[in-house]
Amino acid sequence: MKPLSRDALARMVALHLPDQGFVNLGIGAPTHVADYLPAGSGVMLHSENGVLNVGPKPQEGQEDWDLINAGKSPISLKRGGSYFDSSLSFAMMRGGHLDVAVLGAFQVSKDGDLANWTTGDNSTPPGIGGAIDLAVGAKSIWVMMDHATKEGRPRIVERCSYPLTARKVVTRIFTNLSILDVTVDGLVVRALHEDMTFAALQKMTEASLLASGTLGTIKQDGTVVA
Amino acid sequence: MRNVVVKDAEAAVEGIQDGQTVMVGGFGGAGLPTGVIKAVLDKGVRDLVVISNNAGSSGDDLSLWFGAKIVRKIICSYPRNAQQFAEQYRTGAVELELVPQGTLVERIRAGGAGLGGFLSPVGVGTVFAEGKEKITVQGREFILELPLRADFSFVKGQLADSLGNITYNKTARNHCAVMATAGETVAIEVDRIVDVGDLDPEAIVTPCIFVDRVYARSR
Repeated sequence: MKPLSRDALARMVALHLPDQGFVNLGIGAPTHVADYLPAGSGVMLHSENGVLNVGPKPQEGQEDWDLINAGKSPISLKRGGSYFDSSLSFAMMRGGHLDVAVLGAFQVSKDGDLANWTTGDNSTPPGIGGAIDLAVGAKSIWVMMDHATKEGRPRIVERCSYPLTARKVVTRIFTNLSILDVTVDGLVVRALHEDMTFAALQKMTEASLLASGTLGTIKQDGTVVA
Repeated sequence: MRNVVVKDAEAAVEGIQDGQTVMVGGFGGAGLPTGVIKAVLDKGVRDLVVISNNAGSSGDDLSLWFGAKIVRKIICSYPRNAQQFAEQYRTGAVELELVPQGTLVERIRAGGAGLGGFLSPVGVGTVFAEGKEKITVQGREFILELPLRADFSFVKGQLADSLGNITYNKTARNHCAVMATAGETVAIEVDRIVDVGDLDPEAIVTPCIFVDRVYARSR
């Protein structure tokens, strides 16, 4: 049993993004989703420091340090891209203009509560950045993360033990083992890693899981077959 | 004719005093007025309250101010990877008010626009709502977020004319354009100063009415 690699997880998320959607990819692992967007998907990427229609990373030596993403890495601008100030950028987020925000997380609860900004460790100063604004504003909030911690503790829980970013906002969870939808009835498993069983997944998940009528199979490369 | 051009960064920070509140534009290095940061340090002022997105990382940014211990409090959203700040924070020498990034810029916008604050859904049900007034509008709960203003706003533009009209470069616009509306004294560092009339009126992001001082970075 080999969980999905980071790259395969990024591909799985990328393949689910809506064609021509306006999407924000959070800093860290979600940023890599951009590398797996299908050609011609028409997805337009927003970065909260003030740019719409983000293009690929420039070649070495071609970086412009006035053109960066929210992770402060150099980017390029696609044709039809635009720049704007932070106030307008966060209006796009809070105002519900983004179709999907993809965020990393420490924990997600069965109700879609999100904890992704601090573990409460006081040895380093906390930082919140723009993740909390995204979590409240985008039409759909997707989380991508490992299904459990390195020590095997569940991250998908009854109630988050870490400080919350926002309550009842996550709509879908992509993990290295599964795709789960947060519904009014509870967490529904939409797809499962090819080497996993439902029972094994439940064992790694604190919150109760519900089986979907049509369970997809997640291949090792992150593609999903019906 | 109005002319707000001053000769250098030292002149741009003229009059700054101990204990004042200072906004500093920039997200990472983009939009960061590095000449002004150095000039404030050289003035020898202390006990500053700083409003900025980050708390410096290394080199010619706000880490210089934390290294020199001239900041009493910082209001910011993401003071991570900031070694000098972190050292001061651990010893309790500097106070941190952590604000979500969008809330930070909108509080500044409210300050510059003469508003008494704004109602935000961000932070409801979290520690960011603690101690703040809650107001329900049309059945949805909001937090009252208060405006931010400063004695000085320091930002980085790309081009200025001598009237003080400003353009920005790409993502270096970030918080700068909003901070330029919310300082008692607004001083802007630019790459180059051009003749009045040479800026396309459609390209001017900060109209000169907001701007008190501009100076061109020496190359």
